[in-house]
Amino acid sequence: MDALDLARWQFGITTVYHFLFVPLTIGLAVIVACLQTAWYRTGRHEYLRATKFFGKLFLINFAIGVVTGIVQEFQFGMNWNDYSRFVGDVFGAPLAMEALLAFFLESTFIGLWIFGWDKLPRRIHLACIWIVAIGTNLSAYFILAANAWMRHPVGYEVNEETGRAQLTDIWAVLSNPQAWSTYLHVTAGSFITAGLFVVAVSAFKLWRNRAHGDTGEPGATPPKGDHELFRKTLRLGMAVTLIAGVLAVFSGDQQAKLAAEYEPMKLAGAEALWNTEDAAHFSMFAVGDTEAGTNIVDLSIPYVLSFLATGEFGGTVEGINNLQAQYEAAYGPGDYTPNIFVLYWSFRLMMGLGMAGVALSALGLWLTRDRRLPASRWFYHAAVLTLPAALAANIFGWVLTEMGRQPWTVHGVLLTADSVSPGVSLTSVAISLTAFTAIYGVLAVVEARLLFRYIKAGPSHVVPELDEDAADDKDAPVPAFVY
Amino acid sequence: MDLALLWFIAIAVLWTGYFVLEGFDFGVGMLLPVLGKDNTDRRVMINSIGPVWDGNEVWLITAIGAMFAAFPAWYASALSGFYLPILLIVLALIVRGVAFEYRGKGDTDRWRARWDQAIFWGSALPAALWGVVFANFVRGVAMDADHVVTAGVMDLLNPYALLGGLTTLSLFTLHGAVFLGLKTDGEVRTRARRAVPRIALVAVPATVLFLAWTQAAYGATWTLVPAVVAGVALAAGSLLAVRGREGWSFTATAVSIVAATVLLFGSLFPEVLPSTTDPAFSLTIANASSAEYTLTVMTWVAVFFLPLVLGYQAWSYWVFRKRISRSHIEPAPAYGGTAHGSPQAHRIPFPGQGD
Ligand code: HDD
Ligand code: HEM
Ligand code: HEM
Repeated sequence: MDALDLARWQFGITTVYHFLFVPLTIGLAVIVACLQTAWYRTGRHEYLRATKFFGKLFLINFAIGVVTGIVQEFQFGMNWNDYSRFVGDVFGAPLAMEALLAFFLESTFIGLWIFGWDKLPRRIHLACIWIVAIGTNLSAYFILAANAWMRHPVGYEVNEETGRAQLTDIWAVLSNPQAWSTYLHVTAGSFITAGLFVVAVSAFKLWRNRAHGDTGEPGATPPKGDHELFRKTLRLGMAVTLIAGVLAVFSGDQQAKLAAEYEPMKLAGAEALWNTEDAAHFSMFAVGDTEAGTNIVDLSIPYVLSFLATGEFGGTVEGINNLQAQYEAAYGPGDYTPNIFVLYWSFRLMMGLGMAGVALSALGLWLTRDRRLPASRWFYHAAVLTLPAALAANIFGWVLTEMGRQPWTVHGVLLTADSVSPGVSLTSVAISLTAFTAIYGVLAVVEARLLFRYIKAGPSHVVPELDEDAADDKDAPVPAFVY
Repeated sequence: MDLALLWFIAIAVLWTGYFVLEGFDFGVGMLLPVLGKDNTDRRVMINSIGPVWDGNEVWLITAIGAMFAAFPAWYASALSGFYLPILLIVLALIVRGVAFEYRGKGDTDRWRARWDQAIFWGSALPAALWGVVFANFVRGVAMDADHVVTAGVMDLLNPYALLGGLTTLSLFTLHGAVFLGLKTDGEVRTRARRAVPRIALVAVPATVLFLAWTQAAYGATWTLVPAVVAGVALAAGSLLAVRGREGWSFTATAVSIVAATVLLFGSLFPEVLPSTTDPAFSLTIANASSAEYTLTVMTWVAVFFLPLVLGYQAWSYWVFRKRISRSHIEPAPAYGGTAHGSPQAHRIPFPGQGD
């Protein structure tokens, strides 16, 4: 174990952790904004209750998304000194733009939204949550453009004199095909996840209300509007997931084509394709010998991989062994093969776990048609389980992307081994790794318990149902969330 | 004008904005256990910064992002060279941010007491450590020819830097007390006003000594002006606060922080991180900066978007311009959300806590 290994673990742990909250933030911001828009348009109290209920859950999640992001911003300088020095000129620009264009928007308007319910005209208040939603998407785009540059560096040259990369064309960086394709794919994954969050919460509430005949609290009967509210949000969540699922497949296909073009080793690894093939098979299940560079067992469907990678059934897909030889010829001797086992299974788990929720949503939309609700418990249980599955799918996607890029930090330009901070000791990194892991562990438990508690408490805790006779008082002020 | 110089100034502006804005919300956080006698008082205090603290913190994120883009070598050497202090700051900011959001979402005293601790330490640690870090920037650190900082943690805790830490700590506390006088009403306001002279007893001498030391040891001729302005504004701010001129005293402490930050950056100039090993190894505006093209792009982005940011941040301060007092805080705290005409908000225990 040296400082490099620990720094890699730290980066992996902190970004993976950040990305547990990010997809929910991206998706829920829009879903909450839609619910609030429905309330604004129709004035129906039900939508206000839904907005505030999911809004509160959104805020609990958002808080951790924000604070874990701060770590990311500092981390490049702390642990990846030589990397920062080498690429700062190119990579720092989108990061700084992200802060100036996106983070200021998000943070200012989220404050206005939380505290402004009773201070702003309804239209302006509604605009605040939409601006937050736009801000999260902008931030995602900029950071993904920075990340995409590492996978397919464009718009730069290496200055011979200083030995540093220099930006030559910012548009090339911002319009990198890897950037927009990744953005679409990540957004799709985020909406799948957020949609399934809404599905899981709604299913949990519906099941609980049905099973117990009350909210689970002694003395409290379920407010009668809750049933209707959660049936609606259940369907809303499923619809969002299904649409996002279609986008995930198309953008994922695009991702694979771009990987074939710019990072063929990643795609070959993800498919455990050892030798270059025409009309390559898409592997369903493989057991390989990574030392010998062959698969012992391989169940596969012909033509599909070629189609995924090139758009033609007979297209050529390069294999790991061939690529390793090419890289050695180009960059000198060394091991240019990432961890095939991890890539192969990450790819499958990403697709499998993510698409499972999409499938459940398609089925669920059918089962809940015409005001029906499925009677069997398996449906509700499965609906709750799709949420952790989707979160895991996102993580496996990133593991595929990032580990597939190894041994490079910047593909073909800078090795991970050359990126680390020379002056930082093993002890320092060990301390920070321990501290982050510990604090993140505690926060995860606290956040999960809070979410669960508010889900259990239900919408009536945020906004109670209206009395029959008060139902026409639509213009009554809505109190703000306060700390 | 030389773009690298322009970006040095822009980064100074971002840090100044950060210290002025987050300075008062650090102050409020540190005063929480002192001025907030009961839960309602504390909620008054937290809600006085509630809508704005996150926006204030983004000044830091932008400052760091701008350093990364405009002076990658500065960003890299400073953050890795000051590894442990930076780590502590980041951890503190994590805990603090979560605490604001989560404190009101539980309803036992123990829950709130824990988050109050988090807010206190999450504010006090960065408030002191930024002073230590910036004093060391000005003083210089042991750094080799490859710009790798070789100084250990103990080297960073020299007398000058410790005084710097005490200065930011006490200055931000004072700024926070003055802010509470301006933004709250009732008991908290009265107590904040009474606290000002006591805080000033530490803040004024510490700051004046630090300003004088900085000016004498590292300053240029022109930096005498901000040094004097910072000292005078601080003294004036304290007096005005005691007299009950809340708006003016807040302006004065803000001016003091601005001037002190100008002095620090002025003393750094034209270096960004001096090396005490050999002046030839220092990072300077010239040798740490990005190339012309990046700086040009960044300049255009800043020219268009910084005014926009300033505009909507100012608007948000305007929206929340009213004083906050106990009467704005719902008596039954429930779980943070003030329920609409709430019947009797019943306690919901945590899962596993006897439900
Ligand atoms: C695809 C999306 C995505 C990705 C890959 C990342 N982030 Fe992130 N980040 C967000 C999407 C996001 C977000 C959705 O916009 C967040 C979550 C909560 C929030 O407020 O914004 C956020 C918050 C957030 C914040 C706090 C902003 C604030 O205080 O309001 C910072 C400083 C960063 N991020 C920085 C980073 C860095 C340096 C990353 C690279 C390693 C990174 N994020 C990966
Ligand atoms: C938020 C989603 C992300 C996740 C879950 C993620 C995950 C990971 C993981 C698991 C590694 C370790 C790979 C290894 O060491 O084998 C890694 C490395 C790295 N990633 Fe990401 N990443 C994400 C986004 C980003 C972004 C947006 C950037 C840049 C803007 C980035 C930059 C890096 C860098 C610089 C490394 C270097 C360390 C290394 O290669 O080991 N990552 N990431
Ligand atoms: C069948 C559908 C899918 C295909 C063909 C697919 C394909 C891919 C490919 C090839 C990559 C690597 C891109 C690269 O590194 O250049 C990737 C990354 C990723 N995938 Fe998927 N994917 C699919 C479904 C999903 C689902 C359902 C989710 C989440 C719920 C998801 C989340 C991610 C994430 C977060 C990444 C990392 C970011 C990125 O590089 O885009 N994917 N996907």
